[in-house]
Amino acid sequence: MAKLESSSKQMDDLFDQRNMDWYFDKLVQMIVFISGISAIIFVVGIFVFVTVEGMGFLLEGFSFTEVFGSEYWEPSDEDDPEYGMLALIAGTASVTGLAMLIAIPFSLGAAIYIAEFSTGKTREYLKVLVELLAAIPSVVWGFIGLSIMNPLIIETFDVPVGLSVLNAGIILGLMAAPIMTSIAEDALKAVPDRYREAAEALGATRWQVIYKTVLPAAKNGLLGAILLGVGRGFGETMAVLMATGHSVNIPGSVFDSVRALTATIAAELGETAVGSEHYQVLFSIGIFLFLITFIINLTADLIVRGIKNQ
Amino acid sequence: MHKTTLEKANSAESMFSVSALNVKNKKTQKLYSVLFLMMTLLLILPVLVILGTLIVKGGSMISIDFLFTDPVNGMTEGGVFPALLGTVWLVSLALLVSVPLGIAAAIYLSEYASDNWFTRIINLAIINLAGVPSIVHALFGLGAFVMFFGFGTSILAASLTLAIMTLPVVIVSTRESLQAVPHAFREACWNMGATRWQTIRRVVLPNAVSGILTGVILEVSRTTGETAPIMFTGAAFFLPFLPQGIFDQTMALSLHLFVVSTQVPNVPEALPYAVALVLIGMVLLMNSVSIALRMYLRGQKKW
Repeated sequence: MAKLESSSKQMDDLFDQRNMDWYFDKLVQMIVFISGISAIIFVVGIFVFVTVEGMGFLLEGFSFTEVFGSEYWEPSDEDDPEYGMLALIAGTASVTGLAMLIAIPFSLGAAIYIAEFSTGKTREYLKVLVELLAAIPSVVWGFIGLSIMNPLIIETFDVPVGLSVLNAGIILGLMAAPIMTSIAEDALKAVPDRYREAAEALGATRWQVIYKTVLPAAKNGLLGAILLGVGRGFGETMAVLMATGHSVNIPGSVFDSVRALTATIAAELGETAVGSEHYQVLFSIGIFLFLITFIINLTADLIVRGIKNQ
Repeated sequence: MHKTTLEKANSAESMFSVSALNVKNKKTQKLYSVLFLMMTLLLILPVLVILGTLIVKGGSMISIDFLFTDPVNGMTEGGVFPALLGTVWLVSLALLVSVPLGIAAAIYLSEYASDNWFTRIINLAIINLAGVPSIVHALFGLGAFVMFFGFGTSILAASLTLAIMTLPVVIVSTRESLQAVPHAFREACWNMGATRWQTIRRVVLPNAVSGILTGVILEVSRTTGETAPIMFTGAAFFLPFLPQGIFDQTMALSLHLFVVSTQVPNVPEALPYAVALVLIGMVLLMNSVSIALRMYLRGQKKW
C-alpha cells in the first residue's frame, strides 16, 4: 500500500511541469484578472468618492421638499442659500425630451435604412459617415449651438434669445442620433437572416419583412439603443452648458432658456470652496446623476440581454 | 375592391404575373425606402452643412503659425500652441495608463473569464463606466486624484480621470479583436505544450494587434475632445507658461474652445471657429485613420 503511494508520488514528480513558464503563466493570470475587475473597482470608486464628498449635505442640510419641490436655485445667497433643483431637473428633462423626440425617429429610420434597405458601397459610406458624426466632441457641439444655431433661431423664429430648450434639444438630438443609429443598426443586424429568408419565401416584400419580422425580433435591442441615447443625453455636459442659455427657469415654451443639472456642476464647481455646503450640494447632484444613469444603463442591459436569452 | 385584388393575387393564373397587389406592395416598398433614406440624410446633411460653415468661417485663420504660436492679448490674438501641446500631454499620459490596463482587462475577458454571473457583472461595470456622465467623472477625478491622492490640479490628475473615462473604449475594441482570432489557433498552440500566456503572447496578440491599434486610435480621438472631466482636475483657462512636468497644470484645446467662445470678451469672430476647426480636424483625422485601418485589415484577413 505504502509502496504504491510512493510510486504515485514519484510519477507526480516525474510529470510535474511546473517550471518558470508555469509560474509566469500564473502571475500573468493574476495581473490580467486584477485588470479585468478594474472596471468594477472604478465604478464603485466613482460612487464612493462622489458620495463621500456630497454626503455632508445629504445628511444635514438636505430637505426633500426644498430640493425637489422648490424652483429657487440660489446657492450663493450668503444669508439663506436655497438649493431647489426643480428648475434644473425641468431643464435637463425638457432638453433631453426634445432631443429624444428628434433623435429617436430619425436614428431608428436611419438604422433601418442602413441595415435593411441600403446595399454595398452606399451602406459602407453611410456607416462611416455616422461613425464620424458620433466622434464630434461635445464642446464643439456646444460651440455650434452658441455661434451657428443661436443666430439662426433668432432669425427664423423672431425671438429675442436663441439659446434655449430648442437650441440645446436640436444640438443634443443631432449629437445622440449617430450613437443611437449605430446601436440600433447592430440590433437589427443581430436578427438572424433566416427570419428574413423565411418571410421572403412567403412572398413578403422587403418592407413587410422589416415591419412584420425584423422589427418585432429586434424590439428589445432597439429599446436598449433608445435607453442608451436617453442616458447619453441626460449626462451630456458641455453642449447643454453652452446652448441652453444657462438661466434657472422652468420652461414654458421651447424658446425659454433653461439650465441643466450637469451644466450647473460644470459652471459652479470652480467657484465653490472645497467642503462648503454649495460644494457638497454639487457633489450630491453628481450622486443623483450617477444613480440615474446607472439605472438607465442597467435597464438597457437587462432588456438587451432579454433577447439574447430567448 | 380590396377583396377582389386579394382574390386575384391568390388565384393561380396570376401567380407569376404582376397583380394589383404586387404593384401596391412595390409602391409601399418604394415609399418606405425613400422615407427612411430621407431620414438618414436629414440626420447627416445638417451636420455636413455645419462643418462646412466651420471651415468657411474659421479656415482663413488656420496656418502653421496659428498652430505654433502662443495666444496673446488676453487670448484674442495669436495661436493655440500651449493648448495643443497640453492636449498632447494629457492624451499621451492617459493612453499610458488606459492602454495596458484596457488590453489586460480585455485579455482576461476574452481568454480567461468563463460565462458566469461574475463576468456579467464585469461587463455591466464596463457599460456603466462608459455611461457615467462626463461631469461625474470630473467630480470623481477631483475627489480622488486631486484631493485624496494629493496630486493637486495637475496633468497627472486630469490624465488619470480621462484614462478611466475612456477605458471602456479600449476594453471593448480589444476584446472584439481578440475574440475574432479563431479558437483553432489557440488549440494548435496548446497542443504544442505552450502555456496559456505563451499562447496569448505568441499567437493571439500578434493576430489581433492591428484591431487593438484601431481601438487605441479611436480612444485617442475620444480623449482629445473631452472637456468636462479635465475642467477641475488639471486644465487651466490660461497659463502664461508651458507645463514643466506632470504635476503642473496645462491648457487644453477642448477647454480652450470653451474659454474663447464663452469666457473671453472681444474675441475676433473667426478665432473660436479656427480653434473648433483644429480640434475637430484632429478628432476626425484620427477617426478616419482608425476606420481606414479597420477596412484595410478586413481586406487583408487571412481566415
